[in-house]
Amino acid sequence: MSLTEVNVTINGKSYSEWVEPRMLLSDFIRESCGLTGTHVGCEHGVCGACTVSLDGSAVRSCLIFAVQADNREIKTVEGLASSGEMTTLQKNFVECHGLQCGFCTAGILMSITDFLEKNPQPSVKEIKETLSGHLCRCTGYDGIVKAVEKTVQDNNKEVLQRS
Amino acid sequence: MKPAKFDYYRPKDVSEALSLLESSGFDGKIIAGGQSLVPIMNMRLATPECLIDINGLHDLNFIDSDDHTLKIGTMTRQSTVETSELVKKKCGLVTEAVAHIGHLQTRNRGTIGGSIVHADPSAELPLVLMALNGTLHISSEEETRSVNAEDFFLTFLTTDMMPNEMLTEIHLPIWKGRVGSSFQEVARRHGDFALVAAACQLELDAHDRISDIRLALGGVEAIPLLIEDAKELLAGEKVTDQAVQKIAELVAKSVEPESDLHASAAYRTQLAKVLTTRVLYQAYERAKG
Ligand SMILES: Cc1cc2nc3c(=O)[nH]c(=O)nc-3n(C[C@@H](O)[C@H](O)[C@H](O)COP(=O)(O)OP(=O)(O)OC[C@H]3O[C@@H](n4cnc5c(N)ncnc54)[C@H](O)[C@@H]3O)c2cc1C
Repeated sequence: MSLTEVNVTINGKSYSEWVEPRMLLSDFIRESCGLTGTHVGCEHGVCGACTVSLDGSAVRSCLIFAVQADNREIKTVEGLASSGEMTTLQKNFVECHGLQCGFCTAGILMSITDFLEKNPQPSVKEIKETLSGHLCRCTGYDGIVKAVEKTVQDNNKEVLQRS
Repeated sequence: MKPAKFDYYRPKDVSEALSLLESSGFDGKIIAGGQSLVPIMNMRLATPECLIDINGLHDLNFIDSDDHTLKIGTMTRQSTVETSELVKKKCGLVTEAVAHIGHLQTRNRGTIGGSIVHADPSAELPLVLMALNGTLHISSEEETRSVNAEDFFLTFLTTDMMPNEMLTEIHLPIWKGRVGSSFQEVARRHGDFALVAAACQLELDAHDRISDIRLALGGVEAIPLLIEDAKELLAGEKVTDQAVQKIAELVAKSVEPESDLHASAAYRTQLAKVLTTRVLYQAYERAKG
């Protein structure tokens, strides 16, 4: 099979590579673009470790072919912090010990970033439902849930201060 | 790199997609959201030689309605349907069901049509389609036809569609009057496929008696199971404990689920009974308003 050219923007930077159509976006991001913050786990869409943002929506990068991302915009965990400053969500993961071993963290951060943008005032049930899209084998998700809850509170405070 | 090699095509419109399907014969497959197809390709359970990517067919990404029918294009993402006010207003059963499909990240990508064509017996959308007897619009290069849900699902992962055909739209009837619906499922974890799911929509007359009802169950047979006798048993009745019990017994007798890793047949039968009573009560309360 001939190679196909893929042009994408990842975290604001353009990448252009020739790939086989069967190359998964997750492999493209890690191997062709060298962005290894995105992790690969089950490769059938269950574990959530490879979650990235595609045109603003969280998706499994192991269930998309790189050719399908041609001319699209991607954000990975490396693109969350701006000018060296972590997002509130990232800081709270550190503070509440939501990181744990760190393998699934990148995907969780990408999912929750999208989730909180669409639903800024989630209930704990909704937070847990969203986290059910990620398999973490460390513990009972307690620190992760706390980190998300704290982020909601911090965001609320920030909105209050601004108004 | 896990999937086997394939040729990749990105048609610009429906007619180009149909001609690619026609020329690739049994070796070609449509890819929509890829949330079912890519996992099985990654496991090499499927090795299509040619993938026809319909993500660029924006004409098939729409939600629309007239007085009688809600129309959804096959490429509409599940997350778009989930948050659509029009769908909620015209056909709340769909809104309720879609929230149970997988997770935020899979709904962002998965499509309405892909779920229906995939026809998993535990999937939410095929069940809702059966519960409401929606209509599937299917095209090939030679013809365009429509099929009712009751005739569409054949067995596990198999529908009345040929390899050269493509689903373009689904149409759902809009019920008017005092209508209530309910969707309930039991899964091992939120977002997992249902062990058993139940969907019900009913209409009441001015005296709170049932004038029309559709009740269907998922996860108990190879295709979504329509409980046809529900209408006969309940028409003209109120939803009383007695009436509900009668239907629940009927359901327990008529389902023949299989045992698997996740649940025994006996447990599935019990769930079918319990979920039937829950959707009946809830749909009734909602119809009463
Ligand atoms: C972790 C995870 C959990 C999930 N949980 C659930 C769940 O709880 N409930 C549930 O219902 N689903 C679930 N799914 C599957 C769901 O996400 C898929 O979106 C859906 O089953 C298929 O839709 P798709 O658009 O992704 O289709 P694809 O995967 O692209 O296609 C599926 C099949 O349909 C065919 N096809 C697609 N569109 C058309 C068309 N227009 N015409 C003809 N053929 C077509 C394809 O060729 C393929 O055979 C889950 C998936 C994952 C990864």
